[in-house]
Amino acid sequence: MSHNNDHGHDHDHSELSDIELRVRALETLLTEKGYVDPPALDNLVETYETKVGPKNGARVVAKAWTDPDYRERLLKDATAAIAELGYTGRQGEHMVAVENTADRHNMVVCTLCSCYPWSVLGLPPVWYKSAPYRSRAVRDPRGVLAEFGVSLPEDTEITVWDSTAEVRYLVIPRRPDGTEGLSEEELADLVTRDSMIGTGLALPPSPSHGASA
Amino acid sequence: MNGAQDLGGQMGFGPIELEENEPNFHARWEERAFAVTLAMGATGSWTLDTSRHARETLPPAEYLSSSYYEIWTKGLEKLLVSAGLLTSEELREGKSLGPARELKRVLKADEVAATLAKGAPVARDETQPARFKVGDRIRTLRMHPPTHTRLPRYARDAVGTIEQVHGVHVFPDSNAHGDGEDPQWLYGVIFKGTDIWGDDGDPHLSLRIDLWEPYLVPAE
Repeated sequence: MSHNNDHGHDHDHSELSDIELRVRALETLLTEKGYVDPPALDNLVETYETKVGPKNGARVVAKAWTDPDYRERLLKDATAAIAELGYTGRQGEHMVAVENTADRHNMVVCTLCSCYPWSVLGLPPVWYKSAPYRSRAVRDPRGVLAEFGVSLPEDTEITVWDSTAEVRYLVIPRRPDGTEGLSEEELADLVTRDSMIGTGLALPPSPSHGASA
Repeated sequence: MNGAQDLGGQMGFGPIELEENEPNFHARWEERAFAVTLAMGATGSWTLDTSRHARETLPPAEYLSSSYYEIWTKGLEKLLVSAGLLTSEELREGKSLGPARELKRVLKADEVAATLAKGAPVARDETQPARFKVGDRIRTLRMHPPTHTRLPRYARDAVGTIEQVHGVHVFPDSNAHGDGEDPQWLYGVIFKGTDIWGDDGDPHLSLRIDLWEPYLVPAE
């Protein structure tokens, strides 16, 4: 799928304008009919711009790294364990957490559309919804991981989770070495969005973290 | 349906385009397309499964050349017309040409937080025992319905093992077409990569796919 963010191409520019006009006309029409309430539209956008995003998931992971009881609850009933931290709702109604280990790596995709755990990761990035990722993740995950700069040992087992139902998957990445003394907040900073999709790994601790450890 | 949306295993799309510090939205129209789609979804005029079907029935060439929020916009237009909330003429003219239809609900600004926090769970009560249990070997159906389904093509007529029993969930194949929720047992099924892709598949790959009971028969 093209992203319409290419530059230096006249056709792209006029296409962008077409869709802008089309969406504007649609919103105007829906407002005129009384089907949508414009302030509600602003609120919807604002929620995902400011409140719901991968920082939520990073808190879940950092807590699972530091609190063995929480980790157990998360692996047993992720929906309830994630709700303990206040993250519930749309596109996170039925959560499952899957843990990476030394032997097994997990990676999540939705080959049929763009299913993604919004309540913990926010809205999916363009690449997650795009044809290259959706087509290849299930067949050649190592090739995909290489494009993300991730290379795993050859004998690491890889499980790719295709989100075909309303169950949403959160990957718990491996806790990086050298993070023993870090607080939950410091650990959360190491948990990237991609590491919770399984296309990345958690970040190594920065030297400043190391100094305080 | 075997539409352009069913991408698993297709080839030739090239490298994944990564963008550092990617914003949620790349233009204001994307914000508005996102918001009107969610707000109209909240009116209860159609189901999430119906909206997925509206997107996947875009002609393949159009689906593959549209950005994701373009797909959402085109899908929403189709839903509005087929639900009788707007006419094609109104969409073309960009203005209302007749009276509005009564909706079950209009999402108000002060309801947004609670509505999103509540979500729309699809788990339903069990009315019959599950046919399969963890460890059972199953085969997926060989099938090509022209209607909505969540059994991807790459996983049809394949042998796998039940790894998790999720419970009873709304069945999209029925719910997408206004035929009711028809709740069915949902299973997490694990497949060996080589059972899906053949001998040249990654020997260390497994695929975990959520599949409803009507897609499955006992293996052998």
